Amino acid sequence: MDGGLSPIAATRLGRGASVSLVDLEKRFEGVGAVRGISLEIASGEFLTLLGPSGSGKTTTLMMIAGFETPSGGDIAIDRASVVGVPPHRRNIGMVFQNYALFPHLTVAENIAFPLKQRGVDRGTRAVRVKEALALVRLPGYEARYPRQLSGGQQQRVALARAIVFQPRLLLMDEPLGALDKQLRESLQLEMRRLHADLGITFVYVTHDQEEALTMSDRIAVVNEGRIAQLGAPEALYDRPCDRFVASFLGESNFLTGTVRGMETGVVVAECAGAVLRGVAPQALAAGAAVTLSTRPERMRFADALPAAPGNRLRATVTEAVFAGERCRYLLRAEDGTMLVVKEPSSATTRRRAVGEVAELAWPVADTVVV
Amino acid sequence: MRNRPPLLLLTSLVLLFLALPIVLIAAVSFSSAAYLTFPPPAFGLRWYRAYLGSADWLASTWLSIGVAAATVALATSLGTLAALALGRLPRAARTAAAALILSPLIVPGIVVAIGIYYAFSRWGLIGSPVGLVLAHTCLAVPFVVTSVGASLANFDRRLEQAARSLGATPWGAFRQVTLPLIRPGVLVGALFAFITSFDELIVALFLSGSGAVTLPRRMWDDLRFAIDPTIAAVATLTIAFTALLLGGAHLLRQRALR
Repeated sequence: MDGGLSPIAATRLGRGASVSLVDLEKRFEGVGAVRGISLEIASGEFLTLLGPSGSGKTTTLMMIAGFETPSGGDIAIDRASVVGVPPHRRNIGMVFQNYALFPHLTVAENIAFPLKQRGVDRGTRAVRVKEALALVRLPGYEARYPRQLSGGQQQRVALARAIVFQPRLLLMDEPLGALDKQLRESLQLEMRRLHADLGITFVYVTHDQEEALTMSDRIAVVNEGRIAQLGAPEALYDRPCDRFVASFLGESNFLTGTVRGMETGVVVAECAGAVLRGVAPQALAAGAAVTLSTRPERMRFADALPAAPGNRLRATVTEAVFAGERCRYLLRAEDGTMLVVKEPSSATTRRRAVGEVAELAWPVADTVVV
Repeated sequence: MRNRPPLLLLTSLVLLFLALPIVLIAAVSFSSAAYLTFPPPAFGLRWYRAYLGSADWLASTWLSIGVAAATVALATSLGTLAALALGRLPRAARTAAAALILSPLIVPGIVVAIGIYYAFSRWGLIGSPVGLVLAHTCLAVPFVVTSVGASLANFDRRLEQAARSLGATPWGAFRQVTLPLIRPGVLVGALFAFITSFDELIVALFLSGSGAVTLPRRMWDDLRFAIDPTIAAVATLTIAFTALLLGGAHLLRQRALR
């Protein structure tokens, strides 16, 4: 080992693999599961495929791993097409949904499995297993069997097994799905740390938007076999491109109305009996129907703000729920549109009563056309 | 509680009914008399000595063991492969293929035997151990497919995918992951294949000829032509041997359940 660098940490110098998906398609008995996905994943990136079940995200991952054959399009890893290359020759690490640890092998044998396939000698295997266990913070667990471990520990072993052979690409299929919330959150942070330590490319599949937002460099929101939107978590959250993304990634309030006109990049529209403005990616014709979307935590009660910015709308409180860190209100606008408002709680904020008519205010920049 | 005594009585009667022939045969096998008689006038190992001193009986025993061993090898490999393949077929094809493979269990033994006799007589396989092994394999494969299939039902296919993603070839994944995990089912299937062949009479009646007389076949002939207590000794040994194998199968199944 040169300069004291462990072989696993040394992969970092070799960086991760780049992945490109070109018009990728998969049909099962004529039904399209993946319908034309194109995506460039950069070397060393943490990319998440986020979507509801049946959206095609897992099928896409299975095609990258080589367990499903594309019906059309191409997959290239480091610029070389891998279509037709069997899974065992792709040199890709993979973490499965329920860990898929080999129950008849010990933790050490599980982690040594990929090394054994590659003809690594016994002595080196033991050293690398020990290193991998240290990396996932499970030192000394070599002799245990998977059934003797908790779910979180099994997940760490699965992770160690998937990276011990220094793949340049790691695929993960809902790896935290079976764990409870607290454990999930701590493992999310650990995955980020591992990603930073290893410097390899991660492709992560999940239906959990919070998980996606917390960990990813970029998120591809997948719906009905296509990418609905691709971008950094903040960009996706602040500027969802359509109703699906706006409601799947976080919560959104939708206000529908008609376009009155345009002001440099901003649409002016009549919605729910008020004149509202929202960021528009392209010009819209006056009289056209339009839907504006705003996050519940970006809306405020106007009378609680020193200078109320941008959009204003009158609505009646129909439900008020105190949820610890915030109050969650349900309101009805004059045209019947239901709105959710999340107000951070403090001892000094006035709680709104059901039936109270309030004026909501929120910035134009937090309003987007979807 | 009221039901207890009648149930106990009934169960005892059924068990007695089932065990009585075995007990009688075992008792007769230790008889000192020169003919089949019950109760035996005195006990001795005379007929076990007669069995062990008879070249014909021993030849048949070894033939039966050899045929059964070859049947186990053939039926277990074919049956295991068939069970694996069945799991990968689309539903309709799977049902059809499974029905075909299991048909020797359903078709009456005598019909199978006649069919095999006609086919094999054309190929010169009558009176040859090879013919017996092939025929017994047909009869034993269903047992292997059933027991391996049951093991596979509990096997997570993702383990195989995990092995492949970690660099194992298809054969490597099977040998290192799938096979160790379905091994109890394979071993139980192998045991049943052995017993199926070792105890088989009907096909042997047609295929043994004079060149390949298996143990059940020789017992049959012996009963028809000369009734002496040797047959009781052979039967007792066969029963003990089969019981041991079944006990082994039971232990394996217990372990598989754990």
